[in-house]
Parts: sequence; C-alpha cells; structure tokens
Amino acid sequence: MSKQTITLNVNGKSVAAEAESRELLIHVLREQLEITGPHIGCETSHCGACTVDIDGMSVKSCTVFAVQAQGKEITTIEGLGNPDKLHVLQEKFREHHGLQCGYCTPGMITRAHRLLEENPNPTEEDVRFGIAGNLCRCTGYQNIVKAVLAAAEELKQGENVA
Amino acid sequence: MITGNFEYHQPSSLPEAVALLSKLGDDARVIAGGHSLIPSMKLRLAMPEHLIDLQGIGELKNIQISGGEVRIGAMTTQAELIASEALYKSAPIIRETALQIADPQVRYMGTIGGNVANGDPGNDMPALMQCLDANFVLQGPDGERVVKAREFYEAAYFTARDDLEILSEIRFSECSGGFAYGKQKRKIGDYATAAAAVLLTKDGNNCSHASIALTNLADTPLYCEEASAMLQNGGVNDENIAAAVTSAMAQIEPVDDNRGPAEFKKHAASIVLASAIRDAWARA
Repeated sequence: MSKQTITLNVNGKSVAAEAESRELLIHVLREQLEITGPHIGCETSHCGACTVDIDGMSVKSCTVFAVQAQGKEITTIEGLGNPDKLHVLQEKFREHHGLQCGYCTPGMITRAHRLLEENPNPTEEDVRFGIAGNLCRCTGYQNIVKAVLAAAEELKQGENVA
Repeated sequence: MITGNFEYHQPSSLPEAVALLSKLGDDARVIAGGHSLIPSMKLRLAMPEHLIDLQGIGELKNIQISGGEVRIGAMTTQAELIASEALYKSAPIIRETALQIADPQVRYMGTIGGNVANGDPGNDMPALMQCLDANFVLQGPDGERVVKAREFYEAAYFTARDDLEILSEIRFSECSGGFAYGKQKRKIGDYATAAAAVLLTKDGNNCSHASIALTNLADTPLYCEEASAMLQNGGVNDENIAAAVTSAMAQIEPVDDNRGPAEFKKHAASIVLASAIRDAWARA
C-alpha cells in the first residue's frame, strides 16, 4: 500500500512523515522523527513505556496508528525538559531515586505530567491509581510515587515551574 | 508487532461512515478507540482490508440527559464517562464501572461503543448495560434500529449487530437508588475473573426494583432475571441474598483459563455478587 503524508505537531514543532496506514505512532516517532524518548516495551498496550501525550491525553503510542494522529498535538519526554533544564518531575525522579534502569521513566514521567495537570493535589492513592498503566520492573514503585508527590508539592509552591 | 496492511478512512459524518461500510462490506472494520481491535490486528486475529475510523464524527461524542433518559454517543471515552458530573448524578454506576476498566491510558482512548459492540465477554460495559436495561441504537444501510442490551449478545464476539451496521448510541433510564459494580481481577488492567453489576431501589424496607448482571462468567454477559426478581419480590435479607446468588450461579458457565479453574471462578463469582448486592443495598 502506498504511503501517505502525515502532519503532526510534536513538542511544539510541526513535522511531516510518510507512513503506511499500518505504521504505529511509536514507530514513526522513533524511526522517522528520531524522537527516541518514548520506548517500545511490550508493544501490547500493557507496559506504558511508549506513553506520549496526545491533545491532553496520556496514550500508549504502540496502540495508535500514526495516520490516526494526523493534525494532533503530541508531547513526549523531549518536550517536557532537557539536560540543561530538567522538568520538576525529572528533578524529583533523580532526587528520590525514582528510576534504576530508566527504561520505563520517559513514559512514567509523561504520564505523571498529565496526572498532575489534571490533579495538582493528588494523594498517594491518586498517584498509584493514576500511574497504574505504567510498569516498572526495577523500583517497586515506592520511589516513583515519592517523586511524583514531591513534584506535585514543588509545582504547587510555584517554585521552579517548568 | 506489525498489523496487516489496510486502507485507512476517516469519514466526518455518520451517514458517510454507514455508506462507506455498506460499500466496502466484509472487508472493512469500524475502529473506535482501537484498544481491542489494534491488539487483535497485531496478532492477525483481525485482518481488515479497510479501517473506518469514527474519531472524526463529532455527533458520536456526547452525553445527553433529558426527561429521565440518558443518551451516550458511541465514541464517548471511558475517561469522559468518568469525568461527567451530570452522568454521575444520573447513573453513578457508570463511573464506578469505568474506573475499573483497564488503566488510565486505555480509558482515554477506549469508548463505550467499542466496549459494548465488540462482544468480548471480558468487557465490563455489556453486563452493566444489561443491568441498566439499556437500548443500543444501530445505524445501517436500511436506517436505524434499536436492540435491547439484554437481547444483543449471542456468543463471544457474536452480537445482533449486522456487519453493515454501526452502533451509534446507547440509551437508558436515569437510575436512582443503590448501585454497585464489583469486580475481582488479578491486577489493574486485567479482565474480570468475575464481576457483577447490581442496582437496587429501596422503598421503606422493601426492594421496589432489583437488577443483576454478570461479566466474564459465560461467553456472553448474563442478565440474572430470576435472581433480580427474588430480591425485588422477597426483599434484601441474608436469606434472599443467598437464594439470589444460588440462582445466579446456576446460570454461569465459566471455563478454566489463566484466571483459574472454573470451580474457583464460581467461588469468586458468588462472593463478588453477594458483596455487590450488600454494597448496593447499603447505598440504596
């Protein structure tokens, strides 16, 4: 089947890609647009490593065809912070040891970002329920939850807002 | 994992979608949230040559409540059902159920229409729709028809929907009174080992309305007519709860799988149902 041109807005920039209908969004992001923050974990909609934000929703980009994202605004971990200016969530993950191998971290933080946008004042239970679609096989989640709660606290105080 | 190849279509109105589906016929599938269909396309369990994406049809995304009736457009997502305060007032059991479906990411994409139309016995909304005595609106080449949720499910993945029809809307009456959706699952994101939807209305000490339906305990959702009548006619007390559970358990046909042997599921189902009845009655 022939390829079609898709236009996406990724991390504030309008970008174009050529894709077959069956190409998954995660593959187009990583292989064509070289946005390799979102990872391919399970590729079966379970692990959340490929989580990106599409028009204000956390989405597993292995379970969306790129053509379905035509014209949409996509934010990945690259759009949240960078090595010179970390997002508050990234700082708190570092401070609280919210990662070990780091494979789940981009998806985890992208999801946590949306969670805090929707609920700036979460309880520990809200955080655990809110990140239940992201699997981490290293940390046991304890420090991830601590990091997200600490980021919420800092964002509320208006310090260091990214 | 890569799916088979297909041609992608994105109609912008329901008539356009129905016409497209009529033209393409068996080679086409409608895609809603895609969180059941895309995984099954990856496994090549589904290999449609055409995908008709409903996401561009604004008229399918709404929640209307008027004159005691709730109408939900098929493309309304689980996240939108959860967020709607008006819907929570009219039918709080919807939010309680939707929160137990999958995980946050899936709930942003997964739709009520996809959940009820797919015919997967593991989906939670079909039993809830039977409990609510909902009606499904189907649009086809010959126009619109309405099918009761209690008559919609024929076998796993087989429903009363014709291949050329699109489920456009779900309608049910507002429900007051006690409610509970109880679900036993192995972990977040899993389908139910056993789940039960219960609605009970209290009138003094009597029960003026009872409705019970079960998820993932047969190859279709199960509306438990006899068990519902037992509570409605005899009242909600320990003796009648036990009798209603026994009646409902006579209807189920669980199978051995990775969620456990059938005997275990029967055991889990009886506990889930009894506790959902008690929860609903306490809230009635």
